[in-house]
Amino acid sequence: MSETEENLKKPKEPLFSKKNKKLITDPLSDNNPITIQVLGICSALAITVQVEQAFWMSISVVFVMVFGNLIVSLLRNLIPSRVRIIVQLVIVASLVIIVNEMLKAFVPDVSEKLSVFVGLIITNCIIMGRFEAFAMSNKPFPSILDAIGNALGYAWILLAVAFVREVFGSGKIWGYEIFGSNLPGEESGLYEMGYMNNNLMILPPMALIVVGIIIWIQRTQNKDLVEEH
Amino acid sequence: MEESTLDIFVKAIFSENMIFAYFLGMCSYLAVSKTVKTAVGLGAAVIFVLGITIPINYLLENYVLQEGALEWLNPAYGKNGENTIDLGFLSFIMFIAVIASMVQLVEMLVEKFAPALYGALGIFLPLIAVNCSILGGSLFMQDRQYSTIGDATAFGIGSGIGWFIAIVAIAAIREKIRYSNVPPALRGLGITFIITGLMGMAFMSFMGVKYGEEKDDSKKEQVETSQIINSKMQK
Repeated sequence: MSETEENLKKPKEPLFSKKNKKLITDPLSDNNPITIQVLGICSALAITVQVEQAFWMSISVVFVMVFGNLIVSLLRNLIPSRVRIIVQLVIVASLVIIVNEMLKAFVPDVSEKLSVFVGLIITNCIIMGRFEAFAMSNKPFPSILDAIGNALGYAWILLAVAFVREVFGSGKIWGYEIFGSNLPGEESGLYEMGYMNNNLMILPPMALIVVGIIIWIQRTQNKDLVEEH
Repeated sequence: MEESTLDIFVKAIFSENMIFAYFLGMCSYLAVSKTVKTAVGLGAAVIFVLGITIPINYLLENYVLQEGALEWLNPAYGKNGENTIDLGFLSFIMFIAVIASMVQLVEMLVEKFAPALYGALGIFLPLIAVNCSILGGSLFMQDRQYSTIGDATAFGIGSGIGWFIAIVAIAAIREKIRYSNVPPALRGLGITFIITGLMGMAFMSFMGVKYGEEKDDSKKEQVETSQIINSKMQK
């Protein structure tokens, strides 16, 4: 009752009000899920060796987040708070199964490379975090915007890290050789002049260090984000 | 390649460490590693839950989910039967349901029978249901198809111990780094990432450890390690 009365009193909010726009733009930089909220790192780092994998991973996360946030937000008044984690996990798991089957059907080679990490979207903390922090207490439309914002915030970090690692690690972007061929015996382009790929970039630890550097750059530009210790 | 149970155990702790090789469970690893005491609590809870859920999920995988695994119900459902059943697509939802309910169950049992342990682990147990390393452990177990339940349990406990070592180590480093002069913008999260990266490099030296039958064939070993390293590389 009280809710409907409130709705009558308030003038109707425009579809893309300032508040709603903020929901999308905030997570891209100042409230980025990876670099500021520290969520969803698990799956973010392991699949950033190539841009292609990172791209498909981002698409999957965008899909799961938008629909998950929408469903949770629609069900928010029906979910008992004691079992909410399990309910949320079941919703995410069903969405991830859909994504996994789609990837297997349309991009089988990428699906093979992503292996267990598609399944790990279920426990991706960004998704659970947004369910808890936003979708459980907001209406469907803002929840969708929040999901899009956070998923894109996740996606751009993923793609940036993958870009750095693929360019310096294997001299390619999306599988295309940009520095020339480095096959032994028929080197061309930069490799002919003695350029070498930095194999360290392909190894897991460099993903962490690249993200660390992105965080460094971001916090140097925005002093408010600096932590005490 | 034949691997003994001990090989699987040691491999899970060191060369295939959950955090340094696969980045699983990073969220809680970064969030709960400010002091050694809490890190020990969470690490112990992870060992505990991994040690319980992986054998259960192993049984589920082998007797329910795999293609033809329902043979014990009716030979027609078996791999060579006329009505082969493959429930593999359900594995995500089954695994996560097992994990969530086991965590809840363990929490209740511990609270009832071991209040002291509950005091130590209490607040961490609910967090664990959404720890990537738990589900990751089950998915890796499914991926690698261990031959016996003993191997799967060894893998589970080993991964848990590996995770424990990693979080306690980073917590100790973070406690000390408070006294160092870190550039302001790197403080907190940034430096933790970079230190984890460096620790990961140190842990990569364990990849040279030789396991099982590879001992007599060093070439095989090299191929194997480079496969681990480049498992995500384009072929």
